[in-house]
Amino acid sequence: MVGAAAGSAVAYQVMTNLGFAAESPYRGPIKLEGDPKGASVLVLGAGLAGMTAALELHRAGYRVEILEYNTRAGGRNWSLRGGDTYTELGGATQRCAFDEGLYLNPGPWRIPYHHHGVLDYCRRLGVQLEPFIQLNHNAFVHSATAFGGAPQRIRTVKTDFDGATAELLAKATRKGALDAQVSREDQEILIEALRSLGGLDKDLAYRAGPVSSEFRGYARDPGGGLSARPADGEPMALHDILTSRLWRGLQNFLLYEFQTTMFQPVGGMGRIGEAFARALPPNTIRYGAKVTEIAQDAHGVTATYREQGPGGAVRQVHADWCVCALPLTVLSQIPTQVGPKMKAAIDAVPYASSVKIGLQFKRRFWEEDEHIFGGISYTDLPIRQISYPSSGYNAGGKGVLLGAYTWNGPVSYEFTALSPDERVRRAVAYGSQIHPQYRTEFETGIAVAWHRVPFTLGCAGDWTDEARAEHYDNLCAIDGRIMLAGEHASYIPAWQEGAILSALDAVTRLHKRVLAA
Amino acid sequence: MIRSSITRTIALLLATGAAAQEPPPTKAVASAEPAMSTGNRFTEAGGEALYVQICAACHQAGGKGAVGAAAYPALAGDARLASASYPVTVMLYGLRGMPALGRMMSDAQVAEVVNYVRTHFDNHYGDAVAPEDVKAARP
Repeated sequence: MVGAAAGSAVAYQVMTNLGFAAESPYRGPIKLEGDPKGASVLVLGAGLAGMTAALELHRAGYRVEILEYNTRAGGRNWSLRGGDTYTELGGATQRCAFDEGLYLNPGPWRIPYHHHGVLDYCRRLGVQLEPFIQLNHNAFVHSATAFGGAPQRIRTVKTDFDGATAELLAKATRKGALDAQVSREDQEILIEALRSLGGLDKDLAYRAGPVSSEFRGYARDPGGGLSARPADGEPMALHDILTSRLWRGLQNFLLYEFQTTMFQPVGGMGRIGEAFARALPPNTIRYGAKVTEIAQDAHGVTATYREQGPGGAVRQVHADWCVCALPLTVLSQIPTQVGPKMKAAIDAVPYASSVKIGLQFKRRFWEEDEHIFGGISYTDLPIRQISYPSSGYNAGGKGVLLGAYTWNGPVSYEFTALSPDERVRRAVAYGSQIHPQYRTEFETGIAVAWHRVPFTLGCAGDWTDEARAEHYDNLCAIDGRIMLAGEHASYIPAWQEGAILSALDAVTRLHKRVLAA
Repeated sequence: MIRSSITRTIALLLATGAAAQEPPPTKAVASAEPAMSTGNRFTEAGGEALYVQICAACHQAGGKGAVGAAAYPALAGDARLASASYPVTVMLYGLRGMPALGRMMSDAQVAEVVNYVRTHFDNHYGDAVAPEDVKAARP
């Protein structure tokens, strides 16, 4: 009894600590008070980290300039829309042929409710948000080797797993199996909770009947008139769920970073980068500038860059300070005058592989035929996921699915090594195993493999705990007049929140240093 | 071992195609060739298949490399390949932004792809790496 109570208290404490630790520490707009007396800062990279730093430094009175390799702002914050062209490393060019209003977010595509920094900048910069549907009970979990390759509704797999395990635990409790761990009083409450949450009937059984149907749905839904009577469906056997491994997909709905409510900008994630660029003073960003060297001395920082395009001139920019928000894949190849510790940190982070493929279909068959409105189906096929659009529901017309989303692992590299056309072709071939309508409804697709993206050469910093322990603090420290920012300089790698928080932390420390000088 | 995984992969795809029913499964199966890896390990066998299906993702066909904001070095005529231990080490430990892809390969696969790169793309290094060399070099 006492032991059980102590155990609960400890568990609660652990959960509370985790909760505080995981939540974004963003606490509202930063205030950089004090006069920087005309100090200048050169920012490298016009992604969210670079533009956050530039925006806040500008507001604090600094003279700010940004060098950007691309001819647009945003970096990995990016949407591909009809009419856009994209040339990857290796030279293949794709022209996005999506219809008006349809898009693919090749990079970030969803915003957790606890990424307060991203949400606050969206509010301040006027970026309109809408819900992003992560969990749709009517989407699928699928395995090529389970249930004859037939996709299963998330609703039934989740409900039947919960129901079967609730029944086992309730019956084990009733038999006294938990007597040593749980008090009599708590056992009664536990059984009641399991009955209530697991969909058990009065005999503590999870089985076909009106109770389980209220959770898992019906074989025939309740109707009206003479055809009104519902029919209960037969739950899947626990053995079948366990051995199918379909339960593996359910974690994607439980993890803190994927919990509801999630958001997306109306019209594509790229709207955030566009809004940042608009908020900066005109001509702050110098586009098409490939940084080739970063030098510093006691007085300032000099970056050398080459203008992209034929006959591009080599130029230099000088500033008092530098916030470098280039991906480490890029920075590690640029001769950079920093100390050995920061250089070792810059060289210590491999970048994750990721591939996203957008597919446009003639009609929204997932809604019309399968009643899937938003959400994600998970599969063990190489495409890994199919995500349904979180807008434009139930209105007919065309739609774009995210037809593949790989993250590391062999298939991500294998997709990258294929030509863009072949990636799209395979996404259609694999996806048609889940939605046979693909074969007749597919129109056009576009594929972005992050290791072939010319401005990042990879998706995001893929830290190990060991590398972090050795290098992270050195990566984030001020080295003379240079400091780094970006998702790689955060504990929220690959998320935009990490980029923004790292930039805010960097400019706060920089400002303190400037005022002290 | 590698061969049997590939056989398994193909068998699996055939089975899946058959389960999908309509239209005839041959189409989906044909579209998925060559087969992609199914788990957390690469299933390609032979230096050429490993290079073309994996390494070429970045180093490109023919080992010619690519240049953007930064570069993937060309492996064609790369003097650093003179020492066999160099590419083995890069495969097993990664290098700057490059992940340690050899950790998702067997010793034999790492040896095969290293030997392939060192004898193709204008590289002519005769001293082949053995799987035992790779094993000894692993973390």
